Amino acid sequence: MHIMEGMLPTEWAAFWWAVTGIILVVSIIHLNKVVRKNRDVLPLLAVSGAFIFVLSSLKIPVGISSSHPTGTGLSSIAFGPAITSVLCAIVLLFQALFLAHGGLTTLGANCFAMGFFGPLLAWCLFKFMKKTSVNIYFTVFLATFVAGLGTYIMTSLQIALAHGMEVMLPLLEIFALWQIPIAIVEGLVIVVAFKYIAKVKGDFLLKTNVITEEQLAKINS
Amino acid sequence: MSLKVEYLLIAAVVLLAAFFAFHALTTGGELIASDDAAEDLIFDHNPDYEPIFDPIFEPPGELESLLFCLQGAIGALIIGLFFGYYYAMNKVKKREQKA
Repeated sequence: MHIMEGMLPTEWAAFWWAVTGIILVVSIIHLNKVVRKNRDVLPLLAVSGAFIFVLSSLKIPVGISSSHPTGTGLSSIAFGPAITSVLCAIVLLFQALFLAHGGLTTLGANCFAMGFFGPLLAWCLFKFMKKTSVNIYFTVFLATFVAGLGTYIMTSLQIALAHGMEVMLPLLEIFALWQIPIAIVEGLVIVVAFKYIAKVKGDFLLKTNVITEEQLAKINS
Repeated sequence: MSLKVEYLLIAAVVLLAAFFAFHALTTGGELIASDDAAEDLIFDHNPDYEPIFDPIFEPPGELESLLFCLQGAIGALIIGLFFGYYYAMNKVKKREQKA
């Protein structure tokens, strides 16, 4: 999904870097607070980051293009967009430095799309839907799906803003349309992960206020 | 909740694989990365555009797969550790309760 190195003009690269910079500074302070308050959730943080690592390394060829899942669903619902953006910044830096995938000048834009915008949509959706009577698995699935798809829509918008709005639709076709089957599989992967986390150590999901005790009991029944 | 999510996942993966196989067979396996497709689109639309910066280090093909693999492996290691640790912990707890 990433915008390639140098493909954003200087002013747009600087703009997205500034936006992401502010988000990252606030997020790191927030992350410190969360970890200091509740050290027990560190393993869940690690495993959420690990899912981003694994899933974003899977380049899956679909249709005319090849895309990869973002894997941000789990950390979005467990920790929210702020902490997800920090985890994503690590992954994106790795890919920009060693894989020529994405880039340093476009890191700001990519981190905003993958680490903040998609997860923000997912987080809001999850917060809203978990209070309703909708099946919790379906809620997790939809949140992950939205995180993946939202990321690609944002990426298309970022390129279109810099290079002319006419490229928006063909870009959406390349990025977003082919992302749908991937996002479905990714959503199901996160649902299965969610189910097993609830099974082996449901405390994590209670401590991070992801689900209530009744919901946890229902999953494990 | 009688429908198992695991079966759904397997079905979705099989469908995706079948779709990909079908596509590869009908088009001769020509696939471009979406990043490159986007790059081409930008150049088609905006031929005078000069990338403002080049990647510092571009790994050759084989090395790129290796590094992608490494990234996935690091993640998988942590996931395995997490689930293995708590799975074993639950087992030990159960055994202690029995004893």
